[in-house]
Amino acid sequence: MTVLLEARGVNVVYEPVRGVRIWSVRDVDLTLEQGEFVGLVGESGCGKSTLAFALTRMLRPPARLDGGAIKFDGVDIATVEGEALRRQRRNGFALVLQSGMNALNPVRTVEHHLGDVLKAHARKGERFSAGAVRRRGAELIDMVRLPESVLYRFPHELSGGMRQRVSIALALSLQPRFIVFDEPTTALDVIVQGAVMQTIKDLQRDQGFTAMLISHDLGVVLEATDRVVVMYAGRIVEGQPSKALLRGAHHPYTEALLGCYADPRADEVRLGEISGALPDLSLPNTGCPFEPRCRLAEAVCAEQMPPLSPLGEGTAACHVRAREVGATVEMRSVG
Amino acid sequence: MTIVTAAPPPESPGAGVEVRGGPASEAIPTSLLFLGRALRTLWSNRKARVGLCIIGFDILIAICAPLIAPHSPTATTFTPYSGPTATNWLGTTGNGQDVFSQMIYGSRITLMVGLAAGALATLVAVTMGLVAGYRPGPVDEVLSFITNLALVIPGLPLMIILAAYLQGRSIWTIVLVVAFTSWATGARVIRSQATTLRSREYVTAAVFSGERLFRIVFREILPNMTSLVAASFFGAATAAILAEASLEFLGLGNPSTVSWGTILYFAQQQNALLTGQWVLVFAPGLAIALLAVSFTLVNFGVDALSNPRLREKS
Amino acid sequence: MSADGDVPAEPALVGNGDRRLTVASSVPPLVVSGVSKIYANRLRSEKAVTAVDDVSFTIAPGAAVALVGASGSGKSTLAKMITGSERPTAGSITFGDLAVERLRRNALRRFHGRVQIIFQDPYGALNPLHTVGYAVMRPCENFLDMSPREAMGRVHELLETVGLTPPTQYAAKLPHQLSGGQRQRVVIARALACNPELIVADEPVSMLDVSLRAGVLRLLAKFREERGLSLLYITHDLLGARVVSDEIIVLNRGRIVEQGRTKQVLQHPRDSYTVQLLNAVANPFAAGDGARPSPEALPARPPAEPAV
Repeated sequence: MTVLLEARGVNVVYEPVRGVRIWSVRDVDLTLEQGEFVGLVGESGCGKSTLAFALTRMLRPPARLDGGAIKFDGVDIATVEGEALRRQRRNGFALVLQSGMNALNPVRTVEHHLGDVLKAHARKGERFSAGAVRRRGAELIDMVRLPESVLYRFPHELSGGMRQRVSIALALSLQPRFIVFDEPTTALDVIVQGAVMQTIKDLQRDQGFTAMLISHDLGVVLEATDRVVVMYAGRIVEGQPSKALLRGAHHPYTEALLGCYADPRADEVRLGEISGALPDLSLPNTGCPFEPRCRLAEAVCAEQMPPLSPLGEGTAACHVRAREVGATVEMRSVG
Repeated sequence: MTIVTAAPPPESPGAGVEVRGGPASEAIPTSLLFLGRALRTLWSNRKARVGLCIIGFDILIAICAPLIAPHSPTATTFTPYSGPTATNWLGTTGNGQDVFSQMIYGSRITLMVGLAAGALATLVAVTMGLVAGYRPGPVDEVLSFITNLALVIPGLPLMIILAAYLQGRSIWTIVLVVAFTSWATGARVIRSQATTLRSREYVTAAVFSGERLFRIVFREILPNMTSLVAASFFGAATAAILAEASLEFLGLGNPSTVSWGTILYFAQQQNALLTGQWVLVFAPGLAIALLAVSFTLVNFGVDALSNPRLREKS
Repeated sequence: MSADGDVPAEPALVGNGDRRLTVASSVPPLVVSGVSKIYANRLRSEKAVTAVDDVSFTIAPGAAVALVGASGSGKSTLAKMITGSERPTAGSITFGDLAVERLRRNALRRFHGRVQIIFQDPYGALNPLHTVGYAVMRPCENFLDMSPREAMGRVHELLETVGLTPPTQYAAKLPHQLSGGQRQRVVIARALACNPELIVADEPVSMLDVSLRAGVLRLLAKFREERGLSLLYITHDLLGARVVSDEIIVLNRGRIVEQGRTKQVLQHPRDSYTVQLLNAVANPFAAGDGARPSPEALPARPPAEPAV
């Protein structure tokens, strides 16, 4: 499988005019292969959206990329600006945000929005006639499972779910190779959430673009993605194929997250929670950031940052777990 | 003037983290802290800073007038119609009065009328706007009708008519007249913001906490509109300064007082431009314009107060 | 060894249906009878919108009832009518011998001291300019006739009960200094401040992270059991409903389509809408082989041993 995006040592610092500096993303290595559907999970404030914005060069002051290399298709995009960046945005990546449905101009029809996007990124000499826009529009609207009449409607005439599908269609319009979905269904009604997620999943499978789904809801992510990356306090703490994660997590944080889900139909329902809060992101970490809330915490956890080491079918950053696996391996090789 | 309607703010990094607030923040009352923070934010905005400096300068001159002015503004002891000399830095009027001293003393009236009329207009606007905005129904309809009526009637002609017919041409007449014709714009804006705010959940929560109407309007809604009220005030003050100057210039004010407007009035009466005393026209004109502009500049900063995204990094 | 003392071992919330109250409830029943709410559309000649259509149910003293449905089902409108914020177009709502829909001004104010509401949006429910202490103090001063000093003492007690310790520090904070979960706890503390008899919780956890929900729900369950107050839990999330309530009412487009004991209805749903809601609960484990590994059964983990 070819690698589409490779990020090494990405740090993002948030420097408000008044107040302390906060590191929202620390030392992240991430590789995305073409055609993959990756989920990025973590609680609010863990840096997942910031990381996605950093990868797609959408960071705005006071947030700033502070070191790290980001290669998109082999090309370093961490430092490109101006026209080169626009070109990258044209068919490199696209974003669908949680409030994407509110990003539509209320006095313009859907068709107009589409025309805007196409014309803004038209190559030199390329012209889009009204007919061409309409044809492409019909194609895209159909892809997101909406009727063609939606093209001629204004945003207020559409429901939240329909508007979110329109923003997905807009994201698809330039045939990007990489689309980031940042909590695309969180603001939607619960029944519509499922339908929109299914559409996203089908689109990814049919169109073959690389996709990243960001959410605080591990359940939604596990249902839709191929691989899950778990973030905590700006760092990646675990990365596993989704099916493997369903069978069991390795990092205690992921385990705790899984414990927050249950089947309401079961005879006995246990609902877990994770007490405590994220650590102070303005201080440099010594040791594992999850240590204060971890039920497996040991002395070494507070002193040393656990490296991302291979565990199960992926990787996890946990001293205790890594040691256990090592012990198991040793026992097997001895006995 | 952007009115920001709320959407849940994105979880900013650092929210929920232990804030190491010192004991000092508990000793100082929150209203003063708020004011201090507001002034600091205003100061950090370049345009507002310029505006504040000009206003501050004018206020200083007004307060220290007796100390700064070399002569009495009304003393007719000098040679009339003379140009700038060593004794009279800006020359003299047709009545032999020192223009420079007049300019200095004149700042008092201009500032006072501007600020007082602006404050009065804002007070009326806030009352009308809040009462109309908080309770939908017949009260709102009546007050809105009155506001719209006041908006439609042209301000300057109304002002002229009122000033012309009112007996006793004191400064306060002018203040009242100016305030009476400029409250409506603010009332309209404040009413629509109050309508937005009354459906905020924290207002409903206040109702559920047993709060009475007065407290809800003045402790829950109004504080969240301070930047709007401040902007209204600065706008009204600007209009008031210009209105006062206009009234004085037209002779509808009180010619025995000394204000920048009356200097213009006498300049016009005494054909200053024809006699080559352009200072008599430019000095007060420039001063009035600068003061009016300074209020507008401060308004840019007030905008930033309510919308943190407009805050400049300086 | 692991520092067990420092990390609170949170027992998972267990929802098994019947919950025994630790105190007998003296709360009067809330009876909703034939209630409808129709919004007439005066501007355009469109049809009037029926938000609630002939709904009847009872909240027994000390009961926890879940009202579930997707948006547009009328549950929020029903909540507003029960708490007196809106008047029904038809039908009646009685709280003991009090006719809720006829309450005005002072009587309505007093009613708020008995029936409180917890809002969905933790960012909107607190005035951004008031401290936590002020927000929680006001109901104490208004309904319990406390002096500011007494009220502040009660505020500290309440903040402690909802897990915001040390309370003195939290009382001085402004909402933007708190996380969503903390804000919601403040909202709960404020709702409890006046010792209400019935709490209407309108989607209290939908805007919180999944990992924070159980904690907030546990608070609600705890207060209900300890004080014997009645709880109306409004949500679209059946998992939360299962964990918190004994009875469940399913609302679709303003009409009750199903109701009964929570466990019973969820295990044997009869209406297709209930089934739709059940399917919408994100449950990755149901998609797989159904059996969910409990934390104890995770593989590749030898039992905890003392470090060699």
